[in-house]
Amino acid sequence: MSLWQVTIFPQEANGDLWARQIEASVRSGILGLKTPALQHFSIASARGFLVQGALDEQEIERIATKLLCDSTVETFTLTKPLHPAQGEVDNSRAADEDSGSDVTLVTVLPRPGVTNPEADSALQAIRLMGYQPLAARTFRQYRVRGLDENDVHLLATKVLANESVEQIEFGPIRLQQLTMDADYRFQLTHIPLQNADAEQLRTISARHQLSLNLEEMQTIQAYFQSLDREPTDIELETIAQTWSEHCSHKTLAGKIEYRDENGVRNFNNMLKETIFAATHSIRKQLGDSDWCVSVFADNAGVIKFDDEINLTFKVETHNRPSAIEPYGGASTGIGGVIRDTLGTGLGARPLCNTDVFCFADPNTPISELPPGVLHPRRVMQGVVSGVRDYGNRMGIPTVNGAVYFDQRYMGNPLVFCGNVGAIPHRHSFKQPQPNDLIVSIGGRTGRDGIHGATFSSAELTEASERVSSGAVQIGNPIVEKMVVDVVLQARDLGLYNAITDCGAGGFSSAVGEMGEAIGAEVWLERAPLKYQGLSYTEIWISEAQERMVCSVPESKWEAFHELCESENVEATVIGKFVPTGQLTLKYGGHEVGKLEMKFLHDGRPGTVRRAEYSPAPSEPLTGPHLTSGANFDPRQDIVSLLGSLNIASKHWIIRQYDHEVLGRSVIKPLVGVHNSGPSDAAVIRPRLDSRRGAVIACGMNPRFGDFDTYHMAASSINEAIRNCVAVGADPSRIAILDNFCWGYTDRPSTLGSLVRAALACQDMAEAYETPFISGKDSLNNEFSFINSTGQRQTISIPPTLLISALGQIDDVAKCVTMDFKQAGNHLFLLGQTFPELGGSHFSLIHGLQGGRVPQVDTTSSKQLFADLHQAMLLGWIRACHDLSEGGLAISLAEMAIAGGLGCSVDLGAISVDLSDLPTAERSLDHYATIVKLFSESNSRFVIEVANEHREKIAEHFAGRLYELGTVTDLKSLQLNDGPRCLVDVDVETLRQAWLQPLDFGNEYAGESRADKEANHE
Amino acid sequence: MSKPKVLVLRAPGTNCDEETAFAFELVGASAERVHVNRLLDNPRLLSDYQIVCIPGGFSYGDDIAAGRILANAIMAKVADELRAFRDAGNLILGICNGFQVLIKSGLLIEASPNGFEATLAWNRSGRFEDRWVHLSSGQSKCVFLQGVESLYLPVAHAEGRFVVNDENVFTRLSANGQVALCYSLAAASASAKQFATAAVNSGASNWGSEHALPCGVSDPYEILPFPHNPNGSMGNVAGLCDLTGRVFGLMPHPERFMDRTQHPHWTRLKEDNVGDGRMIFENAVRAFD
Repeated sequence: MSLWQVTIFPQEANGDLWARQIEASVRSGILGLKTPALQHFSIASARGFLVQGALDEQEIERIATKLLCDSTVETFTLTKPLHPAQGEVDNSRAADEDSGSDVTLVTVLPRPGVTNPEADSALQAIRLMGYQPLAARTFRQYRVRGLDENDVHLLATKVLANESVEQIEFGPIRLQQLTMDADYRFQLTHIPLQNADAEQLRTISARHQLSLNLEEMQTIQAYFQSLDREPTDIELETIAQTWSEHCSHKTLAGKIEYRDENGVRNFNNMLKETIFAATHSIRKQLGDSDWCVSVFADNAGVIKFDDEINLTFKVETHNRPSAIEPYGGASTGIGGVIRDTLGTGLGARPLCNTDVFCFADPNTPISELPPGVLHPRRVMQGVVSGVRDYGNRMGIPTVNGAVYFDQRYMGNPLVFCGNVGAIPHRHSFKQPQPNDLIVSIGGRTGRDGIHGATFSSAELTEASERVSSGAVQIGNPIVEKMVVDVVLQARDLGLYNAITDCGAGGFSSAVGEMGEAIGAEVWLERAPLKYQGLSYTEIWISEAQERMVCSVPESKWEAFHELCESENVEATVIGKFVPTGQLTLKYGGHEVGKLEMKFLHDGRPGTVRRAEYSPAPSEPLTGPHLTSGANFDPRQDIVSLLGSLNIASKHWIIRQYDHEVLGRSVIKPLVGVHNSGPSDAAVIRPRLDSRRGAVIACGMNPRFGDFDTYHMAASSINEAIRNCVAVGADPSRIAILDNFCWGYTDRPSTLGSLVRAALACQDMAEAYETPFISGKDSLNNEFSFINSTGQRQTISIPPTLLISALGQIDDVAKCVTMDFKQAGNHLFLLGQTFPELGGSHFSLIHGLQGGRVPQVDTTSSKQLFADLHQAMLLGWIRACHDLSEGGLAISLAEMAIAGGLGCSVDLGAISVDLSDLPTAERSLDHYATIVKLFSESNSRFVIEVANEHREKIAEHFAGRLYELGTVTDLKSLQLNDGPRCLVDVDVETLRQAWLQPLDFGNEYAGESRADKEANHE
Repeated sequence: MSKPKVLVLRAPGTNCDEETAFAFELVGASAERVHVNRLLDNPRLLSDYQIVCIPGGFSYGDDIAAGRILANAIMAKVADELRAFRDAGNLILGICNGFQVLIKSGLLIEASPNGFEATLAWNRSGRFEDRWVHLSSGQSKCVFLQGVESLYLPVAHAEGRFVVNDENVFTRLSANGQVALCYSLAAASASAKQFATAAVNSGASNWGSEHALPCGVSDPYEILPFPHNPNGSMGNVAGLCDLTGRVFGLMPHPERFMDRTQHPHWTRLKEDNVGDGRMIFENAVRAFD
């Protein structure tokens, strides 16, 4: 038995791309390295494999040559790692003969047990060569020059590795073996509850990481007292998973006493009485033409698309794992929501992803980071890479997204992952049958992801990075892709009666939910394991990725198993839906748990939570910038706004995603003459053989929530709808999803701000007849830490509501994009502008306080959306862009950038009513102009119209349209207010200001010459 | 034979199989998606088909190196059968991951006694990118590019940079007419196009000693800047064919431009604009007329 180390080095000149990226991030200064001079710093990287097995040197050399190393661009060395006990001599830092400076060897390896897809693939490929290796692990190795010991350590822990999933070795690798099987000796564990007092119950909940409150613990205690026995550990864990915030949404779907300026309202089930109620009343009104199919019931919402297929849509959050391990957190977030699609009905086919993130400023100096927080740039790069690697490998295009920056997301970034799927009408519902087999398919079960459900319901602290690492995982997209491939075939062959995903809570919640109405018996020892040594409870609650559970009739099992085997997908019977109404858990013949389904699903005590909301008093807009009219420089404002993080181009992110795979994209995220303009929404054709389109968009305005969460929610919904309508969606066929990410909701004011947003959701949905079809919440998003003076400090995220919209369009050829099309065309503003600068980006860049937050007039906007859609169907609209962050000025600038054309615009025709403003505000210099340019009032669009349709448009939108001017080929943005020229700026200047801030990848430019010379040496 | 049968090979992680099969069907072929296990178990399956297509994706996760594991599987079990398939006058197309598989299994460029002489390495940018590129076809015998001068197609890959062991390999490939497709400047740029055409047609602009230059390159190291050459490929190579012209691999995705609404700015273009990708599939089907 040998353990071999194959180290592979890039051999091309400038071929060490990995090292160059690390160098760039070190030199960007975010690390705050203390080494005085970075000019001696350099780094070289290698990748490698550790392979364990009965292999001699010749054999491993053949494996390295034929498989692991690409000899055209790489070389390799073959060694054996040092024995851990060997060599007390520390040779990790050796004098480097070339430069005379110190070199440190740093190796980064995945921790034992962490999913390592590349090692799994290597093992498979080595077996294909006829060898029988036992285990493999990948590693990366770095030779770091020119940093002192502290800085090497900082570099290793902050850039090279993430210690929640990886281990760092300084010096040569010291390792004896890779296999990690351990013996497991069965021992049934009981947790004594019967005689515990309140304090002890709390302690038990904390010690076992159950995240159950006292009332819940007492209910469990009473249940077992009535059975006259103590619970086993697995029973307590099962209840904790089922009752967790993550799985049961006990806060929002619970009793709430809400108080605001309109009085008190008592909810029995807040979500049901607001958001669900709106959907219910819309469906009732639609009657026979109801196009909702399944709402708030399955893993995703389902709506009708055409006569054959329905569409599914679900958006999940994966915030806490992403805070600790951004790459793994984001990739398993995408993996999870794709499984939601696959677990909807009898299995929908995933069509496209949408990803929305909230981060702190990626340029934050390291000195401003609270302890235990990953740098926001690292979080952002990790999250983007995670989404990229999982989505691209799954072959699901990421077509829509948004990124929002605010320092309050520092310790608690938000990662929203969505997926749209398609499912034939006949497969849209599922029903497990008594005596069906419980079948687990896909990935194996390991110790990874224990306590994810309860962890995601708790607050993050600076210690989370250490204690919760079991809840952080790395995904394996190819395993999931293989599962999708076989599931869709098995579905069409009718080989199972129900399917669901293994998400939070693992088998515990998948089997528990599926067997709720029947009962289930589970044989835990049968679950295939990644390695031996797991206890029965670990098997039951592990959240290992890429697993689905199917309910398979015994008569179909053989065919099901054969199909899976034919594509190398593991399928295992782990139990049976026995009609007993009980959940019975067995391990090797021992009964380890027995719970009534009824208690599990309905036994949770209904706590009444208090919620209060008092809107912030309205204050006039103030700030130093506004005191003197001489400060007003609209040209500079436009440039600054375009370069501000929320508005700046996200092309660096978008291009790393495959947004075209599956061949269905119609409106891509980047549009216009240079394929670089920001599209309002994405359009895909769910069926390759049809011209009917699905429209995907979103809306989010956390800054408005600082004023009033009602108007924030209303604005987000308005924004999501208008984004859809802007590209051509039929406004009467838009479905929406909610994702509430809030702070600590046991605080009545925090819960109050959420209820208030939910009330807005209900009002807007009903008014627009736009049903919510699914949703998800993530509460307690706060980060607490001990600051430098020893005080505990807490950062709460701003109330954040993401509205995701799924629209439809009859013929994609009628779609409209936002880029200016042709010089000479006319430009109009649609919709009313109000003095609503509160929470605007103009206020943000100038540090202004107060002002009015944008509100929504549903009556006029509903009509406007309908009329705009009509005009698009008639072909009258050449370009259309919604007005959002930055207002009219930014929309025009974006249209110009996208179209490679300019415009000449006069704001004179826009009427703004300032009469009811406080005098202090109304009398500010240039105030009306500021409002026209930068107000973020809702329900507005800029449209471009050819001369031939000008009169028709004027008539069609009479009273709601303001003529702005024309598109020009002067390539400059000219804005006048009456006779006064406000802005005349080159579009290229605007483009550069917009492209640069979030472009972390332009190191490539101008490199070809250097390469050439290097190659000719 | 009027309707050729296409075997669209899918392996774990292949993800462009459906739209690629659809593209073949659109131009009159009949396409079937077949799992790689079926082919490895029974190589004689090939006799039912006239075209084999290895579509895009991340076969086996592109772990170790893009396309490597699928290429090794093919080399171990069906390489001879595929060569016989080609020699019988049939066609093999590799798109993106399929190109990576073809080059790493020696089906495009036969390995020398010392191993492979070329590869597709990591993009110079060090990351995956999805973007549209202008392409021009070289003077090659590639069946798939007959009558095609220029194309506008998307690339979406992390490992597409064509690299050779030494200059002689490139010289040989271009002399053999294997450099089929290159990244180029926008077709609208008339001067670039004229230059390219002149270089190929006149043979005046030579590289090395006397070889005519493919795709208008005067020096394989003198490549177009990013993003025109999106990955830093030597000689701006975007696609290669084998010595027969019947095996073709390319990084761009023709199956993603079969309909005018797939063009990234189709809303600016005339309605009669059709997808450039069609030509490649039409040529494949036409070869069996």
